[in-house]
Amino acid sequence: MTHGTAAEPAAGEAVLSLRGITKRFGSLVANEAVDLDVRRGEVVALLGENGAGKTTLMNILFGHYVADEGDVLVAGEGGDLQELDAGSPRAALAAGIGMVHQHFTLAENLSGFENIILGTQGLLDLSVSRRGARRKLEALMREAGLDVALDRQVSRLSVGEKQRIEILKALYRDARILVMDEPTAVLTPQEVERLFETLRRLTSGGLSVIFIAHKLSEVLAIADRIVVLRGGRKVGETARSVADRRLIAEMMVGRHVPTTRREPGRRGGVLLELRDVSSGEPSDRGALTEVSLAVAAGEIIGIAGVSGNGQSRLSALVAGLARPRGGVLRLFGSEVSHHDPRRFAAAGVARIPEDRHHDGIIGGMTVAENVVVEEIRAKDYSRWGFLRKKAIRSRAEAAIRGYDVRCQGPDAPARQLSGGNMQKLILARVLDRAPRLVLANQPTRGLDVGAQSEVHRRLLEARARGAGVLLISEDLDELLSLSDRVAVMHGGRLSEAIETERVGRTTLGLMMAGHGREEAA
Amino acid sequence: MEILEILISANFWAAAIRIATPLIFGVLGALVCERAGVLNLGIEGIFVAGAMAGWLAVYLGLPLWAGVAIAAIVGGAFGLIHAGLTVPLGLSQHVSGIGVTMLATSLSYFVYRTALPNVSSPPRIVPFQPVDVPVLSDIPFLGPVLFSQTPLTWLAFAMVLVVAWLLYRTPLGLALRAVGDNPASVDAQGMSVTSLRIGAVVAGSALMGIGGAFLTMSAFDAFFFGMVNGRGWICIALTVFASWRPGKALLGAILFGAFDAFQVRLQTVIGSALPSQIFLMLPYVLSILALVLVARRADYPRALLQPWFQGQR
Repeated sequence: MTHGTAAEPAAGEAVLSLRGITKRFGSLVANEAVDLDVRRGEVVALLGENGAGKTTLMNILFGHYVADEGDVLVAGEGGDLQELDAGSPRAALAAGIGMVHQHFTLAENLSGFENIILGTQGLLDLSVSRRGARRKLEALMREAGLDVALDRQVSRLSVGEKQRIEILKALYRDARILVMDEPTAVLTPQEVERLFETLRRLTSGGLSVIFIAHKLSEVLAIADRIVVLRGGRKVGETARSVADRRLIAEMMVGRHVPTTRREPGRRGGVLLELRDVSSGEPSDRGALTEVSLAVAAGEIIGIAGVSGNGQSRLSALVAGLARPRGGVLRLFGSEVSHHDPRRFAAAGVARIPEDRHHDGIIGGMTVAENVVVEEIRAKDYSRWGFLRKKAIRSRAEAAIRGYDVRCQGPDAPARQLSGGNMQKLILARVLDRAPRLVLANQPTRGLDVGAQSEVHRRLLEARARGAGVLLISEDLDELLSLSDRVAVMHGGRLSEAIETERVGRTTLGLMMAGHGREEAA
Repeated sequence: MEILEILISANFWAAAIRIATPLIFGVLGALVCERAGVLNLGIEGIFVAGAMAGWLAVYLGLPLWAGVAIAAIVGGAFGLIHAGLTVPLGLSQHVSGIGVTMLATSLSYFVYRTALPNVSSPPRIVPFQPVDVPVLSDIPFLGPVLFSQTPLTWLAFAMVLVVAWLLYRTPLGLALRAVGDNPASVDAQGMSVTSLRIGAVVAGSALMGIGGAFLTMSAFDAFFFGMVNGRGWICIALTVFASWRPGKALLGAILFGAFDAFQVRLQTVIGSALPSQIFLMLPYVLSILALVLVARRADYPRALLQPWFQGQR
């Protein structure tokens, strides 16, 4: 976006330069001597695993953290690089740096318009000046091709619309450098395409974009340059035109990544059957309407969809945490009368919950207690109302060994585990009992590639053993590589499950956005 | 029939508004704090401190309005303690609030006793007098209801307008509503979450202080132990009833005032049939019922009770 002055830096000149940035948190080195230059009008992708230091680097740029060493230089009015005041979001904003965070920083009780003008006026002004702001915004929206209902309360906007508000927020403050942290994580493929179109339009107007991502396939479509971070260091940099996918992937991970391959399976009897099941108040977002689904032994059924379309409700139903309002739910051949999570678990349902921090583990309890928590009433682990500490401990030790849970031991508080290790602990808890049905809700969300492939291997192992797997995920790559059949959830309704071999990404994307299958195909 | 007579008497409505006045200040104060994301349970003690400080200032010879200002400053000071503990340090807002209530109450009694060691019956001051507006005071019904009130009641009505205008018409109000919903939104726009929240708690507590001062400088003319008598807690409930909106806050306060004025008059009508405690209980029971009816749809500020630290999300 070019606003005003004639002395804007010309295309190709650096507008931002990070030099030798080092940041430590205690003994953890989040960034080590990172250099990064961004030129006018280009998209730089910052690629790396979780924990590679991408977000820390950007938080230093935006003034949320202060770097221990190194300088941040931003092009000033005349185009020459000047040092940016450290630790001040206000200074970063004034220097033309806009940031779209992964978790949106919007006040949901205000309108989009109010969020955009928030803080752009003196706090002690006697009234909000709306008209001038409105005119500027409408011009910006035309210029950038961004279209969004400005006066609607943010809580009623879709994720894509919220993101557009965030972009407008930055543009409204005359941002010349836009940082986007994992912007595609929550969008449908079509929304991603639309975002990319907007970004192309904006960069051709002179805006520079730093695009943070952990998936290579996404950045190949948009980035001019790809910078790879690993363990806080810059380990590689390449122009998109000459990018080698495999090489970049190995740069990110630092080792060879085994690809998961699904062997043809043997489909057995039906384990879980939903017929016209509705659940939840019909007016609620995320309620289910007449959902039908069957999961058989030895197969993985994938459920695709943008989150918030009923997946949580579906997984609650299958775990026994919610009851249907209408329709029939049959588990292991008989109709369910008692919707009770303990009975479901005892009958052989393994639950890998969506939010592992919140629903998966109990942070204040030890690793050992977390391993056995679902079976604590079983004779093996308690007798006469007393815990059998020794049995619990040996089970936990076996779980830690067998599933490679990195922790200080069975007595360490579970809260200390990293996300990947928490997930391994949950896998150990539920899969070690040879369950008949595995319910995996977003099992790899937020995990690094190594932990992801471990989860995938375990799910395929369960399938090979003859368990049925219901895999709910937002990651299309994951769904397409693991599932035998895929169904799409939208607005609380579930499509028919389609053989994975006969369905493409585009079709799935359109169905996720609410188009019928015939329309989408 | 007699009940109907109560409800249409000017005297009853005048009493309802008089009882409502300290609550209006209290609810507005609580609302400003909570809109910013901080629950202020110090309110009960701040009422006591405002009542004592304002009264003592006037007793020692200052003019009435100077007493009101001192009550506001003392309220703001206790608010600053609460804000300091809960905003930058992020301590439990419940614990800190109760602590402030106990501190402010005990300190007020202590100062009162120290300043007046030898009095047996509470000394009196000359309180605010009703404003007599020519012509308007002579309107039937409305005259006695509205124009028999003291200046502090008028100030309370004015504060409703001021707070509403501030919240919905100014950049500061926009920031205040945002910080109570998602502090990150304010931080990302380059403003300080900490100073906004501290400012809101101090300002809200100052309003609470004035609410307390009304008791000793307008409703009564002396300071008694236990005179606040749970009014602060009622304000916390009324804030939920009001859905954090100033207009509804006024409505809620007057409704409670009406319940209270009604029970007193009801005692004289059917007094001997029931123990008086039943009547005293009535406004609280009715308030709980009103709360049950509206609170299901209450739209809590999303960041209420949540501390916020820079750089941690």
